[in-house]
Amino acid sequence: MDHLTAGRTADVRISGLGKTYDGGVAAMADVDLTIASGEFVAVVGASGCGKSTLLRILAGFERPTAGSVEVGGTPVTGPGPDRGVVFQDYGLFPWLSVRENVAYGPSRKKLPKAEVAAVTDRFIAAVGLTRFAGKYPAQLSGGMQQRVAIARVLANDPSLLLMDEPFGALDALTRTDLQAELKRIHVETRTTVVFVTHSIEEAVYLADRVVVMTGGASHGVPGHVQAVVPVDLADRDVTSPAFNEVKRQIAALVHTVHAPV
Amino acid sequence: MTTTAVPVSAAVPTAPAAPRPKRNGRLRTVLLGLPVPLLFLLLWHLGREGKWELPFGIRMGFLPYPADVAGGLVNYVAGTRDNAFSSLLWEDLPASALRVFSGFALATAIAVPLGVLMGRSTTINALFDPMINLFRPIPATAWVPLVALLIGYGDQASIFLITLSAFFPIVLGTISGARQVPERLLEAARMLGTSGAGTLLRVVLPAAAPAIVNGMRVGLGLSWVILVLSETTGVSTGLGSTIFLARDVVQTDQIVVGMICIAVAGFLSDRLLMGVFRVLFRDRPLIK
Repeated sequence: MDHLTAGRTADVRISGLGKTYDGGVAAMADVDLTIASGEFVAVVGASGCGKSTLLRILAGFERPTAGSVEVGGTPVTGPGPDRGVVFQDYGLFPWLSVRENVAYGPSRKKLPKAEVAAVTDRFIAAVGLTRFAGKYPAQLSGGMQQRVAIARVLANDPSLLLMDEPFGALDALTRTDLQAELKRIHVETRTTVVFVTHSIEEAVYLADRVVVMTGGASHGVPGHVQAVVPVDLADRDVTSPAFNEVKRQIAALVHTVHAPV
Repeated sequence: MTTTAVPVSAAVPTAPAAPRPKRNGRLRTVLLGLPVPLLFLLLWHLGREGKWELPFGIRMGFLPYPADVAGGLVNYVAGTRDNAFSSLLWEDLPASALRVFSGFALATAIAVPLGVLMGRSTTINALFDPMINLFRPIPATAWVPLVALLIGYGDQASIFLITLSAFFPIVLGTISGARQVPERLLEAARMLGTSGAGTLLRVVLPAAAPAIVNGMRVGLGLSWVILVLSETTGVSTGLGSTIFLARDVVQTDQIVVGMICIAVAGFLSDRLLMGVFRVLFRDRPLIK
């Protein structure tokens, strides 16, 4: 594999963050979280716990109703190329080829054409899609489309990578492949990653720390951070007893029962 | 010639449920397309000969024979009869096509940007929507007297009427296409560093392309429909004005020839438009 540029990387400071939707439904409240530069943080929790809301606020797609978010020391006021987002449904431009999708971000930065082409080729190669560079998204499998989406944001050299259940729509085998690939890419780029997922196993396999969120409208309490579990496993063998002990610990936290307020 | 209709239709028995090979299916479609037009021609010929009186007070005795129309068509194209209409197609067609093209291009140039803005901005939509709904139901025919007074007679009046007619389907198609752009694609463009205005060009326009192309096809078709009307504005050359000339000299076969030529021109220009899009887009999935 080609060597990837050591990308920019940023820390994240979230304090007192809350989101109340019109009509008074509190999706999330009092979230405090600090993420170090280069860290891989997974956010797990049941549906409606506010984990996607948290990610969308980090991306700048939604504004919080309380608290603040800083990425690399700068307050988040809207979406920007410093924070790349990988969506569960890929969000590729269907009218652009794989190469054009990946070149989209670099082209917006008005880089010289040769440089755009070099960056594009490098990241297409990094996700193993060189042979498919001329294809359109609809001609690719879901797993390949998600590879394109990952290459597209990485080519844009973000300092923070936000992933919203990125492998949730893929079959188990493809999912395992992409997890390993993401892990390898993170080792190379050292970009800070916030990874939202339903799967505790995926979180433990990938992350340096796992943020467990609970609550949500259906529980009568706003979504909030229940616990932050560091994963100190040297070897992430999903079948090892140590790995499963961490999984069990997190599963217990995810299913914490709340007394209605 | 018309008698072939019967054996042709009889030679195509209905198939059992089993799926047919593809080529057979296409041949079947072509063959099934033939009997009705041939029957129409036959009835036309018989009706002319028998001077049939039909509902609506249609007196078929005043019609030319299909064969006369065919002869008139050849004369219009190749000048075989040596009259006022000989080879006139080569003057009329370019003149009419230029009017249709000008009016259609102008309508597209206004309707597509306006439609994109209206589809994405509730403010701009609220500003223009009442005007569009007010003007849209006014038929082009109703505009003719006013246009004659305001613009006078000539090409400008003609092109104005075509622009007006083609504008509405294009703007409505563009608005609906722009409204249906998946929110996800806009988010993707924003997080990759596209400005709000930039997304209109880079996301909304291509995502709305199928709806815009549909609107343009309808608009182009309407342009040809309106052509005859728009050439009542005192222009002397054109497929439409030749129809009126033929009426004035009571040359019925030439009226029908003009009608046929407009139909063919309208059909070919739709094919041409789609051809242009295919060349522009290549295999890019922009048209459904």
